[in-house]
Amino acid sequence: MKRLLLFLPLVIAVSLGIFLAAGIGKDPTKLESARIGKPVPAFSLESLNNSTQLLNETVLKGEVALLNVWAEWCPSCWDEHEYLMRLSKEKGVRIVGLNYKDQRETAFSFLDRLGNPYDEIIFDPKGSLGFDLGVYGAPETFVIDADGIVRYRHVGVVNQRVWEEVLQPVIQKAKGNS
Amino acid sequence: MRYIQGALLLLILCAFGAQAEVREVYDFETRAEEQRYQNLIAELRCPKCQNQNIADSNAPISKDMRDQVYRLMKNGATNDEIVGDLVGRFGEFVQYKPPVDRRTILLWAFPAIAVIGGVLIVIGVAVRSGRRDQDESALSPEEQARVRKMLAEKDQSPRD
Repeated sequence: MKRLLLFLPLVIAVSLGIFLAAGIGKDPTKLESARIGKPVPAFSLESLNNSTQLLNETVLKGEVALLNVWAEWCPSCWDEHEYLMRLSKEKGVRIVGLNYKDQRETAFSFLDRLGNPYDEIIFDPKGSLGFDLGVYGAPETFVIDADGIVRYRHVGVVNQRVWEEVLQPVIQKAKGNS
Repeated sequence: MRYIQGALLLLILCAFGAQAEVREVYDFETRAEEQRYQNLIAELRCPKCQNQNIADSNAPISKDMRDQVYRLMKNGATNDEIVGDLVGRFGEFVQYKPPVDRRTILLWAFPAIAVIGGVLIVIGVAVRSGRRDQDESALSPEEQARVRKMLAEKDQSPRD
């Protein structure tokens, strides 16, 4: 019994090591969304392309879609845009854009330079829908199922790795359920 | 000379102006209300900057959150409702003080567990060493006889 007790510090050190090692490489700036499993909040905002057209939460219903929060001022949005173009053109993913705290002119110049992967773009200059969704930094990408329920939120750039490892499985699951 | 002095003074005043933080101004009817607002924004955490509360943070998201706190206060929301609203948007992370529930009970109880555990260990060690002291001080009758004999021999031996 006494002998075994001598190993106690070793056991404690090893378990502490495992516990701490699990945290390494985990990005603390990525927070779990509080909206997962809940419907997209109700909104009524202009379409970016057409200021007389009001969009609401029904644009995110009927088909599994990505809701991509972007802005011209956001450097990482420039990075991920090329991959969003590929997703939309080659893989046929429906992407709805949420132009977040931006201006129409700058948003248009961004799309002119990099292309437009979005089926619809919600224009949210005050960030009100962004606030309701818990957006705390663009780019963020939500997976919305056909019923308009938020299934997943990815914070940061979408690239091939994120698509293959994270978003695609979530989308497959969302398609399977609805 | 006087103009130069004036110009210098103006420069100094401008410098002060540049240092002052640009902060939105909110109107409160009472001092207590303002205090309540300050307490609320001090205990809510900025999701973007992670280690700042929304009172200290200049991130745009913190400003949005302060606006929301103010708006809800004006609508007569209680503190719990305001914190609940922001947690509903941004998650538990924005609360510096996590609620006591099944997932966080270990977190809350750990200090008490550590203190009680430490006290138990100290008591255990003290009791054990006390017992050992008693055991060792008590010599058996044979040992006591030996000790007396040895001491007696020592006394009788010639001193040099």
